[in-house]
Amino acid sequence: MLKTSTTNVVPEKKVEAKQRQGFRLNANDKYYASIFLGPSLLVLTLFVFYPMLKTLYISLFLTNTLGNTTVFTGLDNYVKLISSPDFLSSMSVTLLYVVAVTVLTVSVGLLLANLASQKLPGIGIFRTLYSVTMGVSVAVAAIFWLFIFNPSTGFFALMSGWLNLPVVNWLTSPTNAMWAVIITTVWMNLGFTFLILLGAIQSVPSTLYEAADVEGASSRYQFFKITIPMISPTLFFVSTITIIGAFKSFGLIDLITKGGPTNATNMLVYRIYKDAFYSGNYAKSSTEAIILTVIIAFFTLIQFKFLEKKVNY
Amino acid sequence: MANFDERAILKRVFSYILLIALALIILAPFFIGIWTSFLPTMDIAKGNLFSTNLSLDNYVSAFTKTPILRYLLNTVVIATLTMVAQLIFCSMSAYAFVFLKFRFRKTIFALFLVTMMLPFEAEIIPNFATIKHMGLLDNYAALIIPFLTSAFGTFMLRQSFMQTPAELKEAADIEGLNHFQFYWNIVLPYNKISMITLGAYSFLGAWNQYLWPMLTTFSNNSRVIQNGLKQLQSEETFNDWGMIQASAAIIVIPTIIVLFIGQHYFKSGMNEGAVK
Repeated sequence: MLKTSTTNVVPEKKVEAKQRQGFRLNANDKYYASIFLGPSLLVLTLFVFYPMLKTLYISLFLTNTLGNTTVFTGLDNYVKLISSPDFLSSMSVTLLYVVAVTVLTVSVGLLLANLASQKLPGIGIFRTLYSVTMGVSVAVAAIFWLFIFNPSTGFFALMSGWLNLPVVNWLTSPTNAMWAVIITTVWMNLGFTFLILLGAIQSVPSTLYEAADVEGASSRYQFFKITIPMISPTLFFVSTITIIGAFKSFGLIDLITKGGPTNATNMLVYRIYKDAFYSGNYAKSSTEAIILTVIIAFFTLIQFKFLEKKVNY
Repeated sequence: MANFDERAILKRVFSYILLIALALIILAPFFIGIWTSFLPTMDIAKGNLFSTNLSLDNYVSAFTKTPILRYLLNTVVIATLTMVAQLIFCSMSAYAFVFLKFRFRKTIFALFLVTMMLPFEAEIIPNFATIKHMGLLDNYAALIIPFLTSAFGTFMLRQSFMQTPAELKEAADIEGLNHFQFYWNIVLPYNKISMITLGAYSFLGAWNQYLWPMLTTFSNNSRVIQNGLKQLQSEETFNDWGMIQASAAIIVIPTIIVLFIGQHYFKSGMNEGAVK
Protein backbone atom coordinates (compact mmCIF):
# COMPACT_ATOMS: atom_id res chain seq x y z
CA MET A 1 0.00 0.00 0.00
CA LEU A 2 2.65 2.41 1.07
CA LYS A 3 4.76 1.50 -1.92
CA THR A 4 2.06 2.36 -4.47
CA SER A 5 1.26 5.67 -2.85
CA THR A 6 4.89 6.76 -2.88
CA THR A 7 5.85 5.56 -6.36
CA ASN A 8 5.80 9.07 -7.78
CA VAL A 9 7.85 10.68 -5.10
CA VAL A 10 11.47 11.44 -5.92
CA PRO A 11 13.74 8.52 -5.05
CA GLU A 12 15.55 10.31 -2.23
CA LYS A 13 12.34 11.10 -0.44
CA LYS A 14 11.06 7.61 -0.99
CA VAL A 15 14.09 6.16 0.74
CA GLU A 16 13.70 8.65 3.52
CA ALA A 17 10.03 7.76 4.03
CA LYS A 18 10.81 4.10 4.05
CA GLN A 19 13.61 4.59 6.50
CA ARG A 20 11.45 6.65 8.74
CA GLN A 21 8.75 4.00 8.75
CA GLY A 22 11.29 1.24 9.39
CA PHE A 23 12.97 3.30 12.03
CA ARG A 24 9.76 4.00 13.86
CA LEU A 25 8.86 0.31 14.01
CA ASN A 26 12.32 -0.66 15.11
CA ALA A 27 12.49 2.01 17.74
CA ASN A 28 9.24 0.78 19.21
CA ASP A 29 10.37 -2.85 19.24
CA LYS A 30 13.80 -1.84 20.48
CA TYR A 31 12.20 -0.12 23.43
CA TYR A 32 10.12 -3.19 24.24
CA ALA A 33 13.05 -5.54 23.60
CA SER A 34 15.20 -3.75 26.16
CA ILE A 35 12.45 -4.12 28.77
CA PHE A 36 11.56 -7.71 27.92
CA LEU A 37 15.10 -8.96 27.46
CA GLY A 38 17.03 -6.63 29.75
CA PRO A 39 16.57 -8.42 33.09
CA SER A 40 17.47 -11.86 31.73
CA LEU A 41 20.43 -10.53 29.82
CA LEU A 42 21.71 -8.74 32.92
CA VAL A 43 21.46 -11.84 35.12
CA LEU A 44 23.08 -14.09 32.52
CA THR A 45 25.88 -11.61 31.94
CA LEU A 46 26.60 -11.26 35.63
CA PHE A 47 26.27 -14.91 36.64
CA VAL A 48 27.13 -16.87 33.50
CA PHE A 49 29.18 -14.97 30.91
CA TYR A 50 31.32 -12.96 33.26
CA PRO A 51 32.19 -15.91 35.59
CA MET A 52 32.89 -18.16 32.62
CA LEU A 53 35.32 -15.67 31.07
CA LYS A 54 36.80 -14.93 34.47
CA THR A 55 37.37 -18.64 35.11
CA LEU A 56 39.04 -18.96 31.71
CA TYR A 57 41.19 -15.93 32.53
CA ILE A 58 42.24 -17.26 35.95
CA SER A 59 43.16 -20.60 34.38
CA LEU A 60 45.90 -18.82 32.41
CA PHE A 61 47.56 -17.38 35.52
CA LEU A 62 49.05 -18.35 38.81
CA THR A 63 46.99 -17.20 41.78
CA ASN A 64 47.69 -16.36 45.39
CA THR A 65 45.62 -17.63 48.30
CA LEU A 66 43.23 -14.68 47.99
CA GLY A 67 42.37 -15.78 44.49
CA ASN A 68 44.15 -12.85 42.84
CA THR A 69 46.02 -13.56 39.65
CA THR A 70 49.79 -13.06 39.88
CA VAL A 71 51.85 -14.38 36.95
CA PHE A 72 50.58 -15.06 33.43
CA THR A 73 51.57 -18.60 32.53
CA GLY A 74 49.60 -19.28 29.37
CA LEU A 75 48.57 -22.89 29.06
CA ASP A 76 50.97 -24.00 31.79
CA ASN A 77 48.17 -24.91 34.18
CA TYR A 78 46.61 -27.17 31.58
CA VAL A 79 49.91 -28.88 30.78
CA LYS A 80 50.60 -29.39 34.48
CA LEU A 81 47.14 -30.75 35.10
CA ILE A 82 47.08 -33.15 32.19
CA SER A 83 50.47 -34.55 33.17
CA SER A 84 49.57 -34.92 36.84
CA PRO A 85 48.84 -38.58 37.79
CA ASP A 86 46.54 -37.32 40.51
CA PHE A 87 44.31 -35.51 38.03
CA LEU A 88 44.45 -38.33 35.51
CA SER A 89 43.30 -40.84 38.08
CA SER A 90 40.50 -38.46 38.99
CA MET A 91 39.50 -38.24 35.35
CA SER A 92 39.50 -42.00 34.92
CA VAL A 93 37.40 -42.37 38.07
CA THR A 94 34.97 -39.82 36.63
CA LEU A 95 34.82 -41.61 33.29
CA LEU A 96 34.23 -44.99 34.93
CA TYR A 97 31.44 -43.46 36.97
CA VAL A 98 29.85 -41.75 33.95
CA VAL A 99 29.94 -44.89 31.83
CA ALA A 100 28.61 -47.17 34.58
CA VAL A 101 25.85 -44.74 35.56
CA THR A 102 24.77 -44.17 31.96
CA VAL A 103 24.78 -47.82 30.90
CA LEU A 104 22.92 -48.93 34.04
CA THR A 105 20.43 -46.06 34.08
CA VAL A 106 19.47 -46.45 30.43
CA SER A 107 19.34 -50.25 30.37
CA VAL A 108 17.41 -50.65 33.63
CA GLY A 109 15.15 -47.74 32.65
CA LEU A 110 14.49 -49.43 29.32
CA LEU A 111 13.71 -52.75 31.01
CA LEU A 112 11.23 -51.07 33.35
CA ALA A 113 9.64 -49.00 30.58
CA ASN A 114 9.23 -52.03 28.33
CA LEU A 115 7.65 -54.05 31.14
CA ALA A 116 5.34 -51.23 32.15
CA SER A 117 4.24 -50.53 28.58
CA GLN A 118 2.29 -53.81 28.52
CA LYS A 119 -1.46 -53.49 28.55
CA LEU A 120 -2.29 -55.29 31.78
CA PRO A 121 -4.90 -54.56 34.43
CA GLY A 122 -3.40 -52.42 37.21
CA ILE A 123 -0.33 -51.47 35.15
CA GLY A 124 -0.90 -47.82 36.08
CA ILE A 125 0.13 -48.60 39.66
CA PHE A 126 3.49 -49.92 38.50
CA ARG A 127 4.02 -46.92 36.23
CA THR A 128 3.52 -44.65 39.22
CA LEU A 129 5.75 -46.73 41.51
CA TYR A 130 8.59 -46.88 38.98
CA SER A 131 8.65 -43.11 38.60
CA VAL A 132 8.72 -42.47 42.33
CA THR A 133 12.45 -41.73 42.61
CA MET A 134 11.85 -38.55 40.62
CA GLY A 135 10.66 -37.02 43.88
CA VAL A 136 13.86 -37.84 45.75
CA SER A 137 16.56 -35.23 46.28
CA VAL A 138 20.25 -35.97 46.76
CA ALA A 139 20.19 -35.55 50.52
CA VAL A 140 17.25 -37.91 51.00
CA ALA A 141 18.72 -40.49 48.62
CA ALA A 142 22.04 -40.28 50.44
CA ILE A 143 20.39 -40.84 53.84
CA PHE A 144 18.35 -43.82 52.67
CA TRP A 145 21.33 -45.48 51.04
CA LEU A 146 23.85 -44.56 53.74
CA PHE A 147 21.68 -46.51 56.12
CA ILE A 148 21.59 -49.44 53.74
CA PHE A 149 25.38 -49.36 53.25
CA ASN A 150 26.23 -48.71 56.92
CA PRO A 151 28.76 -51.40 57.95
CA SER A 152 27.49 -51.94 61.50
CA THR A 153 23.76 -51.26 61.59
CA GLY A 154 23.00 -51.04 57.89
CA PHE A 155 20.51 -53.10 55.96
CA PHE A 156 23.09 -54.86 53.78
CA ALA A 157 25.15 -55.72 56.87
CA LEU A 158 22.05 -57.16 58.55
CA MET A 159 21.18 -59.14 55.46
CA SER A 160 24.69 -60.59 55.33
CA GLY A 161 24.20 -61.59 58.97
CA TRP A 162 20.90 -63.34 58.24
CA LEU A 163 22.43 -65.16 55.27
CA ASN A 164 25.71 -65.88 57.06
CA LEU A 165 27.67 -64.02 54.42
CA PRO A 166 30.74 -61.87 55.09
CA VAL A 167 29.90 -58.18 55.59
CA VAL A 168 30.95 -56.04 52.64
CA ASN A 169 32.71 -52.80 53.50
CA TRP A 170 30.67 -50.64 51.21
CA LEU A 171 32.15 -47.31 52.14
CA THR A 172 35.69 -48.10 53.23
CA SER A 173 36.92 -50.08 50.23
CA PRO A 174 37.75 -47.89 47.20
CA THR A 175 36.02 -50.13 44.64
CA ASN A 176 32.93 -50.69 46.74
CA ALA A 177 32.60 -47.02 47.63
CA MET A 178 32.54 -46.26 43.92
CA TRP A 179 29.78 -48.82 43.45
CA ALA A 180 27.88 -47.37 46.37
CA VAL A 181 27.85 -43.97 44.65
CA ILE A 182 26.98 -45.52 41.28
CA ILE A 183 24.07 -47.54 42.70
CA THR A 184 22.64 -44.52 44.50
CA THR A 185 22.96 -42.33 41.40
CA VAL A 186 21.30 -44.91 39.14
CA TRP A 187 18.49 -45.35 41.64
CA MET A 188 17.90 -41.58 41.69
CA ASN A 189 18.02 -41.36 37.88
CA LEU A 190 15.60 -44.22 37.26
CA GLY A 191 12.31 -42.40 37.79
CA PHE A 192 12.95 -39.73 35.18
CA THR A 193 14.55 -42.08 32.64
CA PHE A 194 11.72 -44.57 33.06
CA LEU A 195 9.04 -41.94 32.40
CA ILE A 196 10.73 -40.58 29.30
CA LEU A 197 11.34 -44.03 27.82
CA LEU A 198 7.82 -45.19 28.69
CA GLY A 199 6.42 -42.19 26.80
CA ALA A 200 8.56 -43.07 23.80
CA ILE A 201 7.55 -46.74 23.78
CA GLN A 202 3.88 -45.83 24.10
CA SER A 203 4.11 -43.57 21.07
CA VAL A 204 5.37 -46.36 18.79
CA PRO A 205 2.45 -47.02 16.38
CA SER A 206 0.64 -50.16 17.58
CA THR A 207 0.11 -51.24 13.96
CA LEU A 208 3.78 -52.21 13.82
CA TYR A 209 3.34 -54.69 16.67
CA GLU A 210 0.04 -55.94 15.25
CA ALA A 211 1.72 -56.69 11.93
CA ALA A 212 4.54 -58.47 13.76
CA ASP A 213 2.00 -60.49 15.73
CA VAL A 214 0.37 -61.60 12.50
CA GLU A 215 3.79 -62.66 11.24
CA GLY A 216 4.22 -64.63 14.45
CA ALA A 217 7.30 -62.67 15.61
CA SER A 218 8.41 -63.37 19.20
CA SER A 219 8.22 -60.57 21.76
CA ARG A 220 12.02 -60.57 22.00
CA TYR A 221 12.22 -60.08 18.25
CA GLN A 222 9.64 -57.30 18.45
CA PHE A 223 11.60 -55.59 21.22
CA PHE A 224 14.87 -55.55 19.31
CA LYS A 225 13.52 -55.03 15.80
CA ILE A 226 10.64 -52.63 16.47
CA THR A 227 10.83 -51.00 19.90
CA ILE A 228 14.57 -50.25 20.03
CA PRO A 229 14.86 -48.77 16.51
CA MET A 230 11.66 -46.76 16.92
CA ILE A 231 12.70 -45.18 20.23
CA SER A 232 16.38 -44.73 19.36
CA PRO A 233 16.08 -40.91 19.29
CA THR A 234 14.74 -40.95 22.84
CA LEU A 235 17.39 -43.46 23.93
CA PHE A 236 19.99 -41.09 22.58
CA PHE A 237 18.35 -38.17 24.38
CA VAL A 238 18.25 -39.85 27.80
CA SER A 239 21.81 -41.09 27.34
CA THR A 240 23.23 -37.62 26.73
CA ILE A 241 21.16 -36.16 29.59
CA THR A 242 22.48 -38.89 31.90
CA ILE A 243 26.07 -38.39 30.74
CA ILE A 244 25.87 -34.63 31.34
CA GLY A 245 24.30 -35.14 34.77
CA ALA A 246 26.90 -37.73 35.76
CA PHE A 247 29.82 -35.48 34.79
CA LYS A 248 28.34 -32.76 37.02
CA SER A 249 27.74 -35.06 40.02
CA PHE A 250 28.60 -33.49 43.32
CA GLY A 251 25.93 -33.85 46.00
CA LEU A 252 25.91 -37.62 46.35
CA ILE A 253 29.70 -37.77 46.42
CA ASP A 254 29.90 -35.13 49.11
CA LEU A 255 27.21 -36.87 51.16
CA ILE A 256 28.23 -40.51 50.74
CA THR A 257 32.02 -40.70 50.33
CA LYS A 258 33.49 -37.17 50.40
CA GLY A 259 35.64 -38.17 47.46
CA GLY A 260 37.24 -40.98 49.44
CA PRO A 261 38.40 -43.48 50.39
CA THR A 262 41.88 -42.51 49.13
CA ASN A 263 40.41 -40.36 46.35
CA ALA A 264 38.58 -43.35 44.87
CA THR A 265 35.49 -41.21 44.22
CA ASN A 266 37.20 -37.83 43.87
CA MET A 267 35.44 -36.83 40.66
CA LEU A 268 35.81 -33.71 38.57
CA VAL A 269 33.31 -31.35 40.21
CA TYR A 270 34.35 -32.49 43.69
CA ARG A 271 37.94 -31.63 42.75
CA ILE A 272 36.94 -28.21 41.45
CA TYR A 273 35.23 -27.54 44.76
CA LYS A 274 38.03 -28.85 46.98
CA ASP A 275 40.88 -27.24 45.06
CA ALA A 276 39.18 -23.85 45.32
CA PHE A 277 37.43 -23.86 48.66
CA TYR A 278 39.73 -26.15 50.69
CA SER A 279 43.17 -25.73 49.19
CA GLY A 280 42.75 -22.18 47.90
CA ASN A 281 44.35 -23.22 44.61
CA TYR A 282 42.11 -21.09 42.41
CA ALA A 283 44.20 -21.41 39.26
CA LYS A 284 44.11 -25.20 39.39
CA SER A 285 40.42 -25.25 40.21
CA SER A 286 39.65 -22.86 37.34
CA THR A 287 41.65 -25.00 34.93
CA GLU A 288 39.63 -28.04 35.98
CA ALA A 289 36.43 -26.01 35.63
CA ILE A 290 37.33 -25.15 32.04
CA ILE A 291 37.98 -28.82 31.29
CA LEU A 292 34.56 -29.65 32.75
CA THR A 293 33.02 -26.90 30.60
CA VAL A 294 34.59 -28.30 27.44
CA ILE A 295 33.23 -31.78 28.23
CA ILE A 296 29.72 -30.55 29.05
CA ALA A 297 29.65 -28.21 26.05
CA PHE A 298 30.66 -31.09 23.79
CA PHE A 299 27.81 -33.35 24.92
CA THR A 300 25.28 -30.51 24.94
CA LEU A 301 26.29 -29.61 21.40
CA ILE A 302 25.76 -33.20 20.27
CA GLN A 303 22.33 -33.01 21.80
CA PHE A 304 21.52 -29.70 20.10
CA LYS A 305 22.67 -31.03 16.73
CA PHE A 306 20.53 -34.04 17.26
CA LEU A 307 17.42 -32.11 18.28
CA GLU A 308 17.89 -29.89 15.25
CA LYS A 309 18.01 -32.93 13.00
CA LYS A 310 14.93 -34.37 14.62
CA VAL A 311 13.03 -31.11 14.18
CA ASN A 312 14.00 -30.91 10.51
CA TYR A 313 13.08 -34.50 10.05
CA MET B 1 -6.53 -73.61 21.89
CA ALA B 2 -6.57 -74.41 25.61
CA ASN B 3 -2.83 -74.82 25.43
CA PHE B 4 -2.49 -71.39 23.90
CA ASP B 5 -4.58 -69.79 26.66
CA GLU B 6 -2.50 -71.49 29.29
CA ARG B 7 0.63 -70.04 27.78
CA ALA B 8 -0.91 -66.57 27.69
CA ILE B 9 -1.92 -66.85 31.35
CA LEU B 10 1.52 -68.10 32.31
CA LYS B 11 3.10 -65.21 30.49
CA ARG B 12 0.84 -62.81 32.30
CA VAL B 13 1.64 -64.30 35.70
CA PHE B 14 5.33 -64.10 34.90
CA SER B 15 4.92 -60.43 33.90
CA TYR B 16 3.24 -59.61 37.20
CA ILE B 17 5.89 -61.42 39.21
CA LEU B 18 8.60 -59.46 37.42
CA LEU B 19 6.71 -56.17 37.79
CA ILE B 20 6.20 -56.71 41.51
CA ALA B 21 9.77 -57.87 42.14
CA LEU B 22 11.21 -54.80 40.41
CA ALA B 23 8.82 -52.49 42.24
CA LEU B 24 9.95 -53.99 45.55
CA ILE B 25 13.62 -53.47 44.69
CA ILE B 26 13.05 -49.85 43.62
CA LEU B 27 10.93 -49.05 46.64
CA ALA B 28 13.11 -50.94 49.16
CA PRO B 29 15.15 -47.87 50.19
CA PHE B 30 11.87 -46.02 50.90
CA PHE B 31 10.36 -48.90 52.84
CA ILE B 32 13.50 -49.40 54.90
CA GLY B 33 13.91 -45.68 55.50
CA ILE B 34 10.31 -45.04 56.45
CA TRP B 35 10.00 -48.21 58.52
CA THR B 36 13.11 -47.38 60.57
CA SER B 37 11.85 -43.83 61.06
CA PHE B 38 9.20 -45.34 63.36
CA LEU B 39 11.70 -47.41 65.36
CA PRO B 40 13.68 -46.36 68.45
CA THR B 41 17.32 -45.74 67.54
CA MET B 42 18.32 -48.29 70.18
CA ASP B 43 16.57 -51.04 68.23
CA ILE B 44 18.09 -49.89 64.96
CA ALA B 45 21.55 -49.91 66.50
CA LYS B 46 21.01 -53.46 67.73
CA GLY B 47 19.90 -54.54 64.28
CA ASN B 48 16.45 -55.31 65.62
CA LEU B 49 14.55 -54.11 62.55
CA PHE B 50 11.52 -56.25 63.36
CA SER B 51 10.99 -54.45 66.60
CA THR B 52 7.37 -53.68 67.42
CA ASN B 53 8.17 -50.52 69.38
CA LEU B 54 6.69 -48.38 66.63
CA SER B 55 6.09 -44.73 67.49
CA LEU B 56 6.20 -41.21 66.14
CA ASP B 57 8.89 -40.23 68.67
CA ASN B 58 11.50 -39.74 65.96
CA TYR B 59 9.22 -37.32 64.15
CA VAL B 60 8.48 -35.42 67.34
CA SER B 61 12.18 -35.06 68.11
CA ALA B 62 13.00 -34.13 64.50
CA PHE B 63 10.50 -31.28 64.72
CA THR B 64 11.36 -30.17 68.24
CA LYS B 65 15.09 -30.82 68.60
CA THR B 66 16.30 -29.86 65.11
CA PRO B 67 15.79 -26.73 62.99
CA ILE B 68 14.19 -28.81 60.25
CA LEU B 69 11.08 -26.61 60.10
CA ARG B 70 13.28 -23.57 59.65
CA TYR B 71 15.16 -25.36 56.85
CA LEU B 72 11.86 -26.21 55.21
CA LEU B 73 10.62 -22.65 55.46
CA ASN B 74 13.88 -21.31 53.98
CA THR B 75 13.66 -23.77 51.10
CA VAL B 76 10.00 -23.13 50.34
CA VAL B 77 10.53 -19.35 50.29
CA ILE B 78 13.64 -19.58 48.10
CA ALA B 79 12.15 -22.12 45.69
CA THR B 80 8.92 -20.16 45.35
CA LEU B 81 10.68 -16.87 44.68
CA THR B 82 13.00 -18.54 42.17
CA MET B 83 10.02 -20.08 40.42
CA VAL B 84 8.08 -16.81 40.20
CA ALA B 85 11.14 -14.93 38.97
CA GLN B 86 11.91 -17.52 36.30
CA LEU B 87 8.31 -17.57 35.12
CA ILE B 88 8.37 -13.80 34.71
CA PHE B 89 11.83 -13.28 33.25
CA CYS B 90 11.99 -16.39 31.08
CA SER B 91 8.60 -15.66 29.56
CA MET B 92 9.59 -12.04 28.94
CA SER B 93 12.80 -12.93 27.16
CA ALA B 94 11.05 -15.70 25.23
CA TYR B 95 8.44 -13.14 24.18
CA ALA B 96 11.16 -10.81 22.93
CA PHE B 97 12.69 -13.56 20.79
CA VAL B 98 9.37 -14.55 19.26
CA PHE B 99 7.37 -11.34 18.88
CA LEU B 100 9.87 -8.49 18.73
CA LYS B 101 12.20 -7.51 15.92
CA PHE B 102 15.39 -5.86 17.03
CA ARG B 103 19.03 -5.71 16.08
CA PHE B 104 21.27 -8.63 17.10
CA ARG B 105 18.23 -10.75 17.91
CA LYS B 106 19.83 -13.84 16.40
CA THR B 107 23.16 -13.14 18.08
CA ILE B 108 21.57 -12.68 21.47
CA PHE B 109 19.53 -15.83 21.02
CA ALA B 110 22.71 -17.72 20.11
CA LEU B 111 24.23 -16.40 23.34
CA PHE B 112 21.31 -17.84 25.28
CA LEU B 113 21.89 -21.20 23.60
CA VAL B 114 25.59 -21.04 24.47
CA THR B 115 24.60 -20.43 28.10
CA MET B 116 22.88 -23.80 28.12
CA MET B 117 26.18 -25.49 27.36
CA LEU B 118 28.02 -23.94 30.31
CA PRO B 119 27.83 -25.85 33.60
CA PHE B 120 27.11 -23.73 36.67
CA GLU B 121 29.57 -25.92 38.58
CA ALA B 122 32.38 -24.42 36.51
CA GLU B 123 31.45 -20.85 37.46
CA ILE B 124 31.35 -21.16 41.23
CA ILE B 125 34.60 -19.33 42.00
CA PRO B 126 33.77 -15.96 40.37
CA ASN B 127 30.11 -16.27 41.37
CA PHE B 128 31.08 -16.80 44.98
CA ALA B 129 33.27 -13.69 44.77
CA THR B 130 30.42 -11.69 43.21
CA ILE B 131 27.93 -12.69 45.90
CA LYS B 132 30.51 -11.94 48.57
CA HIS B 133 31.15 -8.47 47.08
CA MET B 134 27.43 -7.81 47.08
CA GLY B 135 27.43 -8.67 50.77
CA LEU B 136 24.83 -11.38 50.22
CA LEU B 137 26.59 -14.37 51.76
CA ASP B 138 24.35 -16.33 54.11
CA ASN B 139 21.30 -14.54 52.75
CA TYR B 140 18.27 -15.81 50.83
CA ALA B 141 19.26 -13.47 48.00
CA ALA B 142 22.49 -15.42 47.42
CA LEU B 143 20.41 -18.44 46.48
CA ILE B 144 17.90 -16.54 44.35
CA ILE B 145 19.69 -13.80 42.41
CA PRO B 146 21.91 -16.04 40.23
CA PHE B 147 18.82 -18.04 39.24
CA LEU B 148 16.37 -15.23 38.50
CA THR B 149 16.29 -16.37 34.90
CA SER B 150 17.41 -19.40 32.94
CA ALA B 151 18.42 -19.92 29.36
CA PHE B 152 16.75 -23.31 29.37
CA GLY B 153 13.45 -21.82 30.54
CA THR B 154 13.67 -19.10 27.90
CA PHE B 155 14.39 -21.67 25.21
CA MET B 156 11.54 -23.92 26.31
CA LEU B 157 9.01 -21.09 26.40
CA ARG B 158 10.25 -19.72 23.07
CA GLN B 159 9.52 -23.07 21.43
CA SER B 160 6.05 -22.95 22.96
CA PHE B 161 5.36 -19.27 22.15
CA MET B 162 6.25 -19.89 18.51
CA GLN B 163 3.19 -22.14 18.31
CA THR B 164 0.89 -19.25 19.21
CA PRO B 165 -1.42 -18.83 16.17
CA ALA B 166 -0.59 -15.83 14.00
CA GLU B 167 -4.32 -14.90 13.94
CA LEU B 168 -4.10 -14.07 17.64
CA LYS B 169 -1.33 -11.56 16.95
CA GLU B 170 -3.25 -10.07 14.04
CA ALA B 171 -6.40 -9.79 16.14
CA ALA B 172 -4.39 -8.15 18.91
CA ASP B 173 -2.92 -5.64 16.44
CA ILE B 174 -6.39 -4.77 15.19
CA GLU B 175 -7.59 -4.35 18.76
CA GLY B 176 -4.64 -2.05 19.27
CA LEU B 177 -3.06 -4.06 22.09
CA ASN B 178 0.49 -3.06 22.90
CA HIS B 179 3.18 -5.65 23.60
CA PHE B 180 2.60 -5.69 27.34
CA GLN B 181 -1.10 -6.31 26.89
CA PHE B 182 -0.57 -8.97 24.24
CA TYR B 183 2.07 -10.69 26.39
CA TRP B 184 0.00 -10.64 29.56
CA ASN B 185 -3.54 -11.15 28.25
CA ILE B 186 -2.97 -13.48 25.31
CA VAL B 187 0.44 -15.15 25.17
CA LEU B 188 0.77 -16.19 28.81
CA PRO B 189 -2.73 -17.68 29.16
CA TYR B 190 -2.40 -19.39 25.80
CA ASN B 191 0.84 -21.08 26.88
CA LYS B 192 -0.39 -21.99 30.35
CA ILE B 193 0.78 -25.61 30.18
CA SER B 194 4.36 -24.70 29.27
CA MET B 195 4.33 -22.13 32.06
CA ILE B 196 3.19 -24.75 34.57
CA THR B 197 5.89 -27.13 33.34
CA LEU B 198 8.57 -24.48 33.71
CA GLY B 199 7.19 -23.59 37.14
CA ALA B 200 7.43 -27.18 38.34
CA TYR B 201 10.86 -27.54 36.79
CA SER B 202 12.30 -24.38 38.35
CA PHE B 203 10.76 -25.07 41.76
CA LEU B 204 12.22 -28.57 41.85
CA GLY B 205 15.53 -27.26 40.57
CA ALA B 206 15.76 -24.77 43.44
CA TRP B 207 14.52 -27.38 45.92
CA ASN B 208 17.29 -29.79 44.88
CA GLN B 209 20.17 -27.29 44.84
CA TYR B 210 23.09 -28.57 46.85
CA LEU B 211 26.53 -27.25 45.90
CA TRP B 212 25.70 -23.54 45.63
CA PRO B 213 23.79 -23.21 48.93
CA MET B 214 26.52 -25.23 50.60
CA LEU B 215 29.05 -22.58 49.52
CA THR B 216 27.00 -19.47 50.23
CA THR B 217 24.96 -20.19 53.36
CA PHE B 218 26.24 -21.25 56.75
CA SER B 219 23.65 -20.47 59.38
CA ASN B 220 20.27 -21.96 60.13
CA ASN B 221 18.66 -18.66 59.14
CA SER B 222 19.30 -19.29 55.48
CA ARG B 223 20.34 -22.93 55.22
CA VAL B 224 18.13 -24.95 52.86
CA ILE B 225 16.81 -28.43 53.47
CA GLN B 226 19.31 -30.43 51.42
CA ASN B 227 22.24 -28.95 53.29
CA GLY B 228 20.22 -29.03 56.49
CA LEU B 229 19.89 -32.80 56.26
CA LYS B 230 23.65 -33.08 55.90
CA GLN B 231 24.06 -30.78 58.87
CA LEU B 232 21.80 -33.03 60.97
CA GLN B 233 23.84 -36.04 59.95
CA SER B 234 27.15 -34.48 60.86
CA GLU B 235 26.08 -32.96 64.17
CA GLU B 236 25.71 -34.72 67.49
CA THR B 237 22.79 -36.63 66.04
CA PHE B 238 25.18 -38.65 63.88
CA ASN B 239 24.16 -42.02 65.20
CA ASP B 240 20.54 -41.19 65.86
CA TRP B 241 19.42 -43.09 62.77
CA GLY B 242 15.76 -43.10 63.77
CA MET B 243 15.59 -39.33 63.82
CA ILE B 244 17.66 -38.94 60.65
CA GLN B 245 15.34 -41.31 58.78
CA ALA B 246 12.36 -39.39 60.15
CA SER B 247 13.80 -36.10 58.83
CA ALA B 248 14.40 -37.70 55.44
CA ALA B 249 10.81 -38.97 55.44
CA ILE B 250 9.51 -35.52 56.39
CA ILE B 251 11.23 -34.11 53.30
CA VAL B 252 10.43 -36.85 50.82
CA ILE B 253 6.78 -37.59 51.58
CA PRO B 254 5.42 -34.14 50.56
CA THR B 255 7.53 -34.13 47.37
CA ILE B 256 6.18 -37.51 46.36
CA ILE B 257 2.59 -36.50 47.07
CA VAL B 258 3.09 -33.36 44.98
CA LEU B 259 4.62 -35.49 42.25
CA PHE B 260 1.64 -37.86 42.14
CA ILE B 261 -0.88 -35.04 42.12
CA GLY B 262 1.26 -33.27 39.53
CA GLN B 263 1.32 -36.33 37.28
CA HIS B 264 -2.43 -36.52 37.36
CA TYR B 265 -2.76 -32.79 36.79
CA PHE B 266 -0.34 -32.82 33.88
CA LYS B 267 -2.27 -35.61 32.25
CA SER B 268 -5.59 -33.76 32.46
CA GLY B 269 -3.78 -30.58 31.42
CA MET B 270 -2.54 -32.34 28.31
CA ASN B 271 -6.03 -33.54 27.47
CA GLU B 272 -7.43 -30.07 27.96
CA GLY B 273 -4.77 -28.73 25.61
CA ALA B 274 -5.66 -31.34 23.02
CA VAL B 275 -9.37 -30.52 23.13
CA LYS B 276 -8.71 -26.83 22.82
